[in-house]
Order: sequence, then structure tokens, then C-alpha cells
Amino acid sequence: MSRAADDLKDFQRFRPKKLPVEEPLAPGHRACQGCGEVLALRQVMKALGNNVIVVSATGCMEIISSAYPQSAWRVPWLHVAFENAAAVASGVEAAHKAMIRKGRIEDKNTTFLAIAGDGGTADIGLQALSGAMERGHNFIYVCLDNEAYMNTGIQRSSSTPYGAGTTTSPPGKKSIGQETWKKNMAAIAAAHDIPYVATGSPAYYIDLMNKAKKASLVKGPAYLHLFSPCPTGWRCAVEDAVQTGRLVVQTKIFPLYEVIDGQYRLSRKVKKPKPVSEYFKLQRRFRHLTEEDIALIQERVDREYDRLLELCGIAPEE
Amino acid sequence: MAKRVGIEVSLAVSEAVKLANVDVVAAYPITPQTHIVEHLSELVADGDLDAEFIPVESEHSAMSTCCGSSAAGARTYTATSSQGQALMLEICYIAPALRLPIVMSVANRSLSGPISIWNDHSDMMMSRDTGWIQTVAENGQEAFDLTLHAFRVAEDPRVLLPVINNLDGFTLTHVIEPIEILDQEEVDRYLPPYQPQMRLDPENPISIGPVGMPEVFTEAKKAQDEAIKNAKSVIIEAWQEFGDLFGRYYKPVETYRTDGAETLLVTMGSLSETAMTAVDQMRANGKDVGLVRIRLFRPFPFEEFLEAVAGAKQIAVMDRALGLNGAGGPLATEVKAALYDVPERPYIWNYVAGLAGRDVTIENFVEMADGVEAAAADGLPAGYTMINVRE
Repeated sequence: MSRAADDLKDFQRFRPKKLPVEEPLAPGHRACQGCGEVLALRQVMKALGNNVIVVSATGCMEIISSAYPQSAWRVPWLHVAFENAAAVASGVEAAHKAMIRKGRIEDKNTTFLAIAGDGGTADIGLQALSGAMERGHNFIYVCLDNEAYMNTGIQRSSSTPYGAGTTTSPPGKKSIGQETWKKNMAAIAAAHDIPYVATGSPAYYIDLMNKAKKASLVKGPAYLHLFSPCPTGWRCAVEDAVQTGRLVVQTKIFPLYEVIDGQYRLSRKVKKPKPVSEYFKLQRRFRHLTEEDIALIQERVDREYDRLLELCGIAPEE
Repeated sequence: MAKRVGIEVSLAVSEAVKLANVDVVAAYPITPQTHIVEHLSELVADGDLDAEFIPVESEHSAMSTCCGSSAAGARTYTATSSQGQALMLEICYIAPALRLPIVMSVANRSLSGPISIWNDHSDMMMSRDTGWIQTVAENGQEAFDLTLHAFRVAEDPRVLLPVINNLDGFTLTHVIEPIEILDQEEVDRYLPPYQPQMRLDPENPISIGPVGMPEVFTEAKKAQDEAIKNAKSVIIEAWQEFGDLFGRYYKPVETYRTDGAETLLVTMGSLSETAMTAVDQMRANGKDVGLVRIRLFRPFPFEEFLEAVAGAKQIAVMDRALGLNGAGGPLATEVKAALYDVPERPYIWNYVAGLAGRDVTIENFVEMADGVEAAAADGLPAGYTMINVRE
């Protein structure tokens, strides 16, 4: 049961003053100003280094990094379609296994990374991801969650939070906006009994990079769910992307945790939580919410956080 | 030395895949493809084939996994059928555009609805414009031989395109035939180890599958079009070499007793054997009928086809799929397009027959030959008939 824990025995944390200088994802890509998603991706790539093969789903990160004849990728990169990053990565990983075993290539301990947005993960790509995790491929799957289909113009996904306005969940006289609660993808990944699951936010970059590194060290599937602030889609100021990524943790809306061999561990206990309204007020996608709406959301956030504490074996403070 | 054995055709195809020493098989079960992948998984389980067998959760993932595997530099195989191919179709368009030399067997089956597991060519027609090279087997020996030919052609640096081997579901996949199974040394002489031209390698990073902006998209498609057109000469060359090594020669278009034939039947797949028997019978009765069988469906062998039908007065084209465009079957549409520029072109009548396992008998082929002659004599505008419909 403690296989992943064994794999992580010699894990060394990143230090702020000794971050890797490599940038496997080069600057000069076409992301929007203030993009928190490409920031999270850059941190993942810095943590993983150059011995990696990246499989990208169709989406913002694919579009902004690959318009031929330019490419922002300094590591091998493959894009096939939208919903199949996990399946494509399965093939890359299995091919290496076979070719190494048959002596066709040398084993260089390469990391296989699949990246997709929340739509490509929680909606259209969920089946392919579930299959790849169930089969136990040795790969990392990173969901860069900006909480809607941003690349097509801010349509709602199952990862859009309750109450948020998007172009297909517009608030109106008869609607609050998004009428469903955000799908808990990390819990779905953890339910596959894979060795490593973690959440991260680019505002806590050392934590995020440590988790990406750990994901590469465990044998078997690892899933990272990364909060990816999107000023364009969330209607917030470009300079507030990082602050948004910080507040979402400080309000307990998006807690940072790991699930190692099925054991939940809180990465950062929120000692003095801020009210959810602090997070909402920076983003125009929430500005139509009434005090009652916000109270309802606050109640749910508190309850979910307590449930997480329980999973981590921590007594809720009251 | 090659051994002639009685073996189910599906198993013979699996044996060919084993002899090709594939690295990765990713597949999802669907009738009537199942025996191929079951046997491959047995070969892997017994250590007779050193490959990763990936039992994916859908055909969409099967083709996606194959793309990943092939891009990583592994010799890659899958097999499917009908609905399964429909589900993977999105990725079937992408694999040839990425120039990934995947090999796939398609156990041809009707497309739903109504849902049916039985054999026709609807799935082959569905994927006709995906950009895959496609061959069509007539019997078990061809299904075996064409599988090895597929790897040889797909991986040729002058080609680098995926190849589908079509074989009729049940009428081929589930029958036991005497098949000459080549031995490993023979196969190795024909099919060299796979040397990928490019692969995902951290020491030599490349980007595969970038965005094609309007400035480059048309050029990318032009390159792909050239690639599949140029593939034909390599396909023919690889068949020639196969024949020189093993004595079985294949061509894009086969003819049977076409000398002096005024009327020709045009077929694809296993029913061609019934058609040959019908031709023998009609010839014995003094009727000048011959058979033209298309083995290479993509790229369509225009020159070879025109040569095969030259001199004929009328052609009966049998389709095992319905185009639902109001003009009969897709193969007839293709044949008509091929003949458009020929000044002295033969008269064409299209017969849609053998849908979803419906029998097509010797008598039916006689009926087609008689029918096209009568229609030509009556000067009817070209049309089509569905054979064996209960009305």
C-alpha cells in the first residue's frame, strides 16, 4: 500500500533560491496577458526538466504554443485531438516500455506528461483518462483547470463553479448562472486508487513544483489538478491572476492537498480563512451574486473543507 | 519454411502481426474483429509475441493510443469493425495527417441502424476519405499476405501513411482456410525492423501535431495528397517483391477471364470468389463475361482500373454498401468518376447487394450480367438496383 511513499523517499523539495533555470516551455508563446494557466504549466515544466515527452489535448495551451512553423516546446511534444490526451500518452508510454524491453532504445527514465484543460479532462476526456488511470500507465496527467471552455469563448464545463456566469451559463432573471456544483475531479482520480493525486495553484509555486516532481517520481499514474486563473474568461484584471490563485486557497474554495497511496494529506492548512466574497469580488463572473447566494456558497465551501479535513484525519476547528 | 495449415483467417491475421514483431497492439473488442485481438492477447500472454497489448476502454482510445505509440517510434497495430471504426473515425483522419504508419485490420461489418453484426462494406466506405491506404482481401491467404504488405508499405520512408486491410467479417474472419504461414526468417527477409524516420525523443525534440493556420493548412493537405498518390508505386513494388520471394503476386486490380469479355462484373472482397464461379458458368454457356476485382481501394487505382475495363461494352458494379445519395452505392460512383474522361466508356449499371450478410449467389451474379446487358440494350439512363430485396 505504501508504494508511492517508497518512490518518494528520496524526494528533495525545490528551494526558492535554487529553482531550475531550464524553461522547457519557452517564452514568446501566444497566451493572453496575465494567463494563470500557462504560468501553472511553466511551473510544471520547470519542475520536470527536459527529460520529458508532452502530450497535449486541443485547447488554449496547444493553440498558444504550437502555431506552425513556430513552437514554444523545447521538449518533444505531441498533439492529436481534444478528448484523448490520456489515451495518446498511454500509447507513448507503452511504446517506450516495449522498445526498451526489446533493446531498441535505451531506458533514460523519461517522464510522460499529458496536459488538458478542465473540459478536456472532466467532460469530453473523462473516459480516456479513467481508462488510462485504470490500466496503470506510468504517466502524469495534469488538468489545467480554468473552470470553463476558454479557448472556444468561455462556455461552461462541469468544472465551472456554482453561480459563475459564462457564455452558456449566463445569469438571468431565471438563472443564477452555472446551476451545478463544480465536479470534484481530484476525488474522481483518487477513486481510481492511483499512487498520487494532488491539487495545486500557481500562486503557491514551490508547492506546485514539488507536486509535479513527486508525480514524476511515483511509478504508475499520477494526477495533478491545477487551478489556472483566467483573467480573460473570469473578467478580472490581468494583474490579479496570481492574487486570485492565492485567494481561492485562502478562502478554502480550492484547498491544496495530496492523496498518496490513498492517504489524504493537507498541504496547507487555512488557519484564518477569508470569506468567499473576497475571492468573488475580483472577478466579474460572480458579480451578479446576491448576499444569499454567497451565503449558500460559503456554507457549502465550509462543509466541503471540513470533509477534506476529515479525510486528512484532522479535527475541524470550531 | 512456410507451412500450409488449416487455420481460421482471424488467427492467420494475428500470426502475421506476430511475425511482423509489432511493439504495441491497442484494441477494443467488437464483433467480428474479436478473434484477431483475442489471439494476439494470447500470443502476448504466452510470450510468443514481445509487445505491449493495451486493452483500451474504447475504439476512440484505441486509435489515439496507436497514434501515441507510433509517434513514439513503435511498430503499432490495431483492429476494429463497423461501429468501432465509426467511433475512432475522428482520429482516423488525424493519423495519416500526422504521417503515422499504423496498421489496422478492419473486419468489415454493416453500420447501424438497424444494428447488425453481419458483413458488408459500409465501414470501408465510411472511412474511404480518411487518407488511409486501403486494401481489400478476397480470401484468407490474401488477408495474411496483405497484413505483412501493410507494414512494409506503411513504414516505407517514401510513404509513411497508415494502412487498413479490409477483410469481410465472418465470411473471412470466422472461416478456416488452408493458408500458407510464412516462417520468421522469410518474413524478416521481406519486412525489415522498423526504423522510424522521426520519433518523440527528449534528445532530439520535435513538435508533432501543431496548429495549422490558414497560411499553412492548404500546403499541409497538398503534401498529404501527394503522399497518398505517390504511395501507389511503392504498394506495387512491395507486392512485386512479395511475389518474387514467396510466389504469390498481387496487383491493385485483378482480372478474371476478361479477354474478349463484352460484359464485366466489378467487385471487391470475398464475394469475388462467388463471382468467379458465376463467370465460369456463364462462359461455359457461351456468354462473354469477365470479372474485375479491386484489391487496392485507396489510393484508387485509376490507371489500372481503366486498363482492366478497356474494351468492355458494359459493366455491372456491385456495391456492398448504400451511398444514400440517391444514386446507389459509393463504389459505382467512384467507378463512374474514373470513367468520365474516357471517350469510349462502357455502360454502367450498379447493383447494391449483400448488405449485412444477405446472401449473394451465383445466380445473382448471372442476374447482374444479364441485367446490365438488357439495360444497355434498352438504352436506360444509368441507374442502380438493390438485389434480393423482399418487396
